[in-house]
Amino acid sequence: MEKFTHLSGIAAPMPLVNIDTDMIIPKVFLKTIKRSGLGVNLFDEMRYDRQGNEIADFVLNKPAYRQAQIIVAGDNFGCGSSREHAPWALADFGIKAVISTSFADIFYNNCFKNGMLPIVLPQEAIDVLMKDAEKGANARMEVDLEAQTVTTSEGQSFSFEVDAFKKHCLLNGLDDIGLTMENVSAIDDFEARAKIERPWA
Amino acid sequence: MSPKTLYDKIWDAHVAHQSDDGTCLLYIDRHLVHEVTSPQAFEGLRMAGRKVRAPEKTIAVPDHNVPTTLDRANASTMTEESRIQVDALDKNAKDFGINYYPVSDVRQGIVHIVGPEQGWTLPGMTVVCGDSHTATHGAFGALAHGIGTSEVEHVLATQTLIQKKSKNMKVEITGKLRPGVTAKDITLSVIGATGTAGGTGYVIEYCGEAIRDLSMEGRMTVCNMAIEGGARAGLIAPDEKTYAYCMGRPHAPKGAAWEAAVSWWKTLYSDDDAHWDKVITLKGEDIAPVVTWGTSPEDVLPITATVPAPSSFKGGKVEAAQRSLDYMGLTAGQKLTDIQIDTVFIGSCTNGRIEDLRAAAAILKGKKVKDGLRAMVVPGSGLVRAQAEEEGIAQIFIDAGFEWRLAGCSMCLAMNPDQLAEGERCASTSNRNFEGRQGYKGRTHLVSPAMAAAAAITGHLTDVREMM
Ligand code: SF4
Repeated sequence: MEKFTHLSGIAAPMPLVNIDTDMIIPKVFLKTIKRSGLGVNLFDEMRYDRQGNEIADFVLNKPAYRQAQIIVAGDNFGCGSSREHAPWALADFGIKAVISTSFADIFYNNCFKNGMLPIVLPQEAIDVLMKDAEKGANARMEVDLEAQTVTTSEGQSFSFEVDAFKKHCLLNGLDDIGLTMENVSAIDDFEARAKIERPWA
Repeated sequence: MSPKTLYDKIWDAHVAHQSDDGTCLLYIDRHLVHEVTSPQAFEGLRMAGRKVRAPEKTIAVPDHNVPTTLDRANASTMTEESRIQVDALDKNAKDFGINYYPVSDVRQGIVHIVGPEQGWTLPGMTVVCGDSHTATHGAFGALAHGIGTSEVEHVLATQTLIQKKSKNMKVEITGKLRPGVTAKDITLSVIGATGTAGGTGYVIEYCGEAIRDLSMEGRMTVCNMAIEGGARAGLIAPDEKTYAYCMGRPHAPKGAAWEAAVSWWKTLYSDDDAHWDKVITLKGEDIAPVVTWGTSPEDVLPITATVPAPSSFKGGKVEAAQRSLDYMGLTAGQKLTDIQIDTVFIGSCTNGRIEDLRAAAAILKGKKVKDGLRAMVVPGSGLVRAQAEEEGIAQIFIDAGFEWRLAGCSMCLAMNPDQLAEGERCASTSNRNFEGRQGYKGRTHLVSPAMAAAAAITGHLTDVREMM
């Protein structure tokens, strides 16, 4: 997995609340058996008309935000299905961090598995960041995972919380399965015990 | 010993390893797999030269994009891409030696209906699936949640999940439900009360008289939509109804093992003085038959209400509500019962079980679907379908003018050809009314099976109580 340490990038404002996984990547694109290539279909139904032409006023189609690496979003981003195609599509487009007051649980977890950082901040901070994001391509937002801060183009900083283990994995680009395999004897022991205590399971 | 919730008890029984920071390896008893979220996980295993650690605890069934038309044995009914996914699941099941119900098997159906039906889902278990509606299995007092594809791969390889414990939330539904009010109305009303993020960070336990009174089917409907309320999982403590449902199922324990299992299951309840981080209480008698008016499951109102004005909301919801109304083609102040529909869909892991079909058939008996309306029933599994045929319910649907389909997810997410056309409006027993969920620019109103049947007869959203 790719490491995430520090990011300085353009942030796209998406103030809509409850942006769900069907919006992020509509189901017609779930029929792939690969992880890559979903970026062109990110937010497909909001981004293109039925003929496949770009809808000019959708934020990621505006010249200022075509290279966005950060999304500042309304509440409850990523609600809906468990599809990891959502973070795959975001990552494939080039998004590395999403900032919101809240995220749906499964989506939140899925981000970390794909080298992407979801950042939770209170509404007041989101309001400031949203304004900053609205400035377009000249405003670069900074995300520092080590220091756990987001900084606006004008130098205003906000600290965020992140689970220590998830941070460690992201900073070092560690693969979960490999880490878990280091504890394989604990799993063996658990199975041996469960066989006696709950043989039907 | 300190008092525990049901969630605490199941959690504690499954921690295989705990790190200093509280991150746990949670052992997984049952891993359900379907064709859409698993191909990349199996590919990952192959690339790393890994095996499935516990194939005997892994169960796969194609459901999301299989056709539900009667001619589906004919391969040409599936798109090329869908066929590749189903073929990949066939091959992965075979190569890795996991339990499998192929499309041709009468036991095939929606993964969350097949699991309980075959006795794979049992009280006190941990159950995961690369699908958010895994919450359904919580109806058995099993800790069940949806996971992403990376986690699917992790569970395949290690039979564990890296987890931190969620908080405990109690949702109590007191008293009795009024006639015409169902499990679907309970679960939608809870989301209406808490919002779609109200359960984020929690595992919900549903309790109270109205929950205890529900059948296992109804309890599955309630837990199914825990995820729409943002919760990691929903739970209902097992009781005699649970045991009766499980007994004799193909993969349920038998004989002495059954006795041993039941005696453990009887310890699975929240202690009286257990700690709750959040409590919500609704009165059963206050719950009405409800419908959704917008494009989020929290946009719920009693069928007797009118479409709300966006200005009646706060913050970002004002814009979202306006967007919903534009998308849904509705105006504030319009009576919900005046909303005309084109399509009725009865099915999905929320409401595709036998009891749901019975409830709809009870309303439809001797009646006809409104002229020009498309109505479809998609049983949740081949076995539900067979039972409905045996009970004569299938004939009621057919006589009323419904299409009687084969099992699958179908128009719940419209990955197969069962889709709404642009602007079409559907009364649906599924669980998501998101934009485009049932087809590009399709409009969805979530309702119970009885409400869906009522709407099919009149051609508009209808208060089922007027038909009873
Ligand atoms: S029926 Fe709908 S919600 Fe249930 S598993 Fe299938 S697609 Fe998901």
